[in-house]
Amino acid sequence: MHKDTTVLITGTRKGIGKYLVEHYINKGFRVIGCSRNKADYEFEKYKHYCLDISDETSVKNMFMEINKKYNRLDILINNAGVASMNHSLLTPLKTAHKIIDTNLIGTFLFCREAARLMQRNKFGRIINFVTVAVPLKLAGEAIYSASKAAVLNLTQIMAKELGDMNITVNAIGPTPVKTDLIRSIPKPKIDNLINSQSIRRFGTFEDISNITDFFIKSESDFITGQVLYLGGVT
Amino acid sequence: MKSKVIEVIYKSIDDIKDTVSNMKDVNKSKDMVLFGNKGLLDSLGLVTLVVSVEQNLQEQLDISVTLADEKAMSQQVSPFKTIDTLAEYIIKLVEDKNYA
Repeated sequence: MHKDTTVLITGTRKGIGKYLVEHYINKGFRVIGCSRNKADYEFEKYKHYCLDISDETSVKNMFMEINKKYNRLDILINNAGVASMNHSLLTPLKTAHKIIDTNLIGTFLFCREAARLMQRNKFGRIINFVTVAVPLKLAGEAIYSASKAAVLNLTQIMAKELGDMNITVNAIGPTPVKTDLIRSIPKPKIDNLINSQSIRRFGTFEDISNITDFFIKSESDFITGQVLYLGGVT
Repeated sequence: MKSKVIEVIYKSIDDIKDTVSNMKDVNKSKDMVLFGNKGLLDSLGLVTLVVSVEQNLQEQLDISVTLADEKAMSQQVSPFKTIDTLAEYIIKLVEDKNYA
């Protein structure tokens, strides 16, 4: 990786996304981020876009601008996601659509547009976010977990389709990390989840960047279609 | 219009010729068979060409079209058979879009 290395991260206004922006700025990369709302921070090598990641026109326009401005994209980290914890019998259709649109359709659109840019340079690293709720099949997270299971399948199939283009596609499956995403989940539920991990603690932002660093390093060019769960969840 | 579109397709072939097999020393002509029986491209090569043509249409002619969709697959003659059929298909898509 070099000074022109360009990273695109979704969901960068706060939480893990914001941390990853700082992490890769500190490594000297050019970082592009996006979220629905404006970011309350700035860096010389950071450009922020305000958009809905499931809106095809906005996403395509952003990628067109990235192509014109930088003519390259090396790394995509699909961090943006929404969660809604609810019993399946009590989940409104509107909520289900919102979760699928953001988590699955948004991830798909970014993978597609990013890979179109990456294939020009015959290099790319795509990292998607899934969750330990997928292998653990947690009650109360049916739609959220189903959307992430779909992202995992998307990851594995795109890894096959993009392998010949030297683009790797992998996924990270975090345990609960102290962010807004888990704010509304009752403490006993979180405790129960953490107790089902091999290593019983919250995940940290550093745990996440450790995995993203691993997936993007040049030596990881033979690793694709994989999911790496934190905390010993399998 | 058609000659401009064909130029874009030629440029797209030049852009991908180093990365797609069978394309390196190809002599470009309107009747060049791209895909299907006796076609130069395998399926991955076709994907790469379609992406390149879409990007170059946008950049060179400010035309935004989706070339590979259900409509393309349902054509009696595949739009991807030759450079000429591809150019004709692109023009048809643009005209349909303008009258929609």
